[in-house]
Amino acid sequence: MPGIHYDIAHMLGAVVLLMSFALLYQRRLFAIIQAFALQSVVLAAAAAWQGYIQDAPHLYITALLALSMKAIAIPVALHRVIDRLNIRRTVDTALGVGPTMIAGVSLVTLSILLVLPVTADVTALTREDLALALSVVLLGLLTMITRRNAIGQVVGFMSLENGLILAAIGVEGMPLIVEMLVAFAVMVAFIIFGIFFFHIRERFDTLDLHTLENFRGERR
Amino acid sequence: MIFVQALLAGIFQVVQMLLVLALAPGLTGLVRVLKARLLGRRGPPLVQPYRDLSRLLRKDVVLAENASWLFRVTPYLVFTAIWLAAALVPTFTTALALTATADLIALVALLASARFFLALAGMDVGTSFGGLGSSREMMIATLAEPAMLMVIFSIAILVRTTSLSLIVDFMLAGGVGLRVSLGLALISLLMVAIAENARIPVDNPATHLELTMVHEAMVLEYSGRHLALIEAASMLKLVLYMALIACIFLPWGISEPGEGPLDLAIGLVTFVLKLASGAVLLALFETGVAKMRVFRYGEFLGGALLLSLLGAIFLYVSTGL
Repeated sequence: MPGIHYDIAHMLGAVVLLMSFALLYQRRLFAIIQAFALQSVVLAAAAAWQGYIQDAPHLYITALLALSMKAIAIPVALHRVIDRLNIRRTVDTALGVGPTMIAGVSLVTLSILLVLPVTADVTALTREDLALALSVVLLGLLTMITRRNAIGQVVGFMSLENGLILAAIGVEGMPLIVEMLVAFAVMVAFIIFGIFFFHIRERFDTLDLHTLENFRGERR
Repeated sequence: MIFVQALLAGIFQVVQMLLVLALAPGLTGLVRVLKARLLGRRGPPLVQPYRDLSRLLRKDVVLAENASWLFRVTPYLVFTAIWLAAALVPTFTTALALTATADLIALVALLASARFFLALAGMDVGTSFGGLGSSREMMIATLAEPAMLMVIFSIAILVRTTSLSLIVDFMLAGGVGLRVSLGLALISLLMVAIAENARIPVDNPATHLELTMVHEAMVLEYSGRHLALIEAASMLKLVLYMALIACIFLPWGISEPGEGPLDLAIGLVTFVLKLASGAVLLALFETGVAKMRVFRYGEFLGGALLLSLLGAIFLYVSTGL
């Protein structure tokens, strides 16, 4: 039944997108990390489903990687960072939630309008998956823009990378090595970020990146 | 034959109206019992809302001196509008006499006019609480209504009708599988239903705390049979929203015109089961989340609007493919 295949893949992609919106909506660090973990779980499910319908066993490895690294390891590590920095109750305000959400929906519309004409000659599933994936990437960028706290920005970056994986699993014949490299790059980036957190904290006593601007003399 | 069908439709319509009226306090009672159990309390018995209503109906009405005629007719108007709206939603069968008028937009209009009169009555006596409640209610309404309409538009694009019984037919025929837009519309409609029924993240129906109350503040001046009508109307509204969500998104079991008594029985049983499971889910949700600040309603309902908007956008995309 190709109809059900299509619908479930589409549904999982949309839930990943929905979790991007949840990321934008949340204001507490704890909730942001939770939303990110959920997004990764759904992404793993999407990868496994794509592996099943495309008959591509290597996607199961992608799913396993997404589940173990992004849904479990990184959130746990972020929780530990938050605990050690003692910023558990920090509220991560930036742009108001309303304007952010409006910007988010505009970005989704933009990516749909962008992807559909470009991919006129591929299957409907790939097209919609690409549109969803591009939206997730753009929303990840938006999350990074609207967060003042370094951890919020890192989670935005990670969810951007979730969008990349979503695009990679939607396209048939994407070699495993590419996905592995992306996942590995993110892992390395995360470690570097972790070191940076502690350095920023040591220097400025906060993770609010606006103090960085102050430090460089860029504050208006 | 046509005559028989029309007669049956009339009978079903009456049964439906009595059914929703009879089930409404029970549903509210069930939610209360479940919530109490989840919080580790024993809670009131299931029939408590029925007792409350009958006691209120027996009591005298105490009117404020400066209450105008509007204050006195509002309970009847509100109750009639919501009862009529509840009668439009197919619960156990689509063979209803009012099927031709069972339009989603008419439904929204009925609910909106009920709310309009309630808000007017809240301001009528001139106490500060009434005005506060009315202003909050109207704020929620202005945010919830666009979301609700957007959901209706999404469904209308998909099914190409806003008639509820045709929507049920379409969904039962399996014309749509799992659709992203429908999922988004469902979440959005759930959020709207929570806001409109004054359930926990938006309003707490069990409290009389002036900082948080919305609906309670508006009806604070009512007593006796007026209060009974208003309470019954809000209970009916909960049934209405659950029936609406069930008949759009989970129509299985609803019997169609011309089907036998067995199908009708199945329809009735599944409807009661749907209401019961809705009550369980609502109780679980309400004990799981905390009440929001008033200033966050905008974000909550704005989220609902954006989800429904997203659903409509995706619908355009997938119909365009």
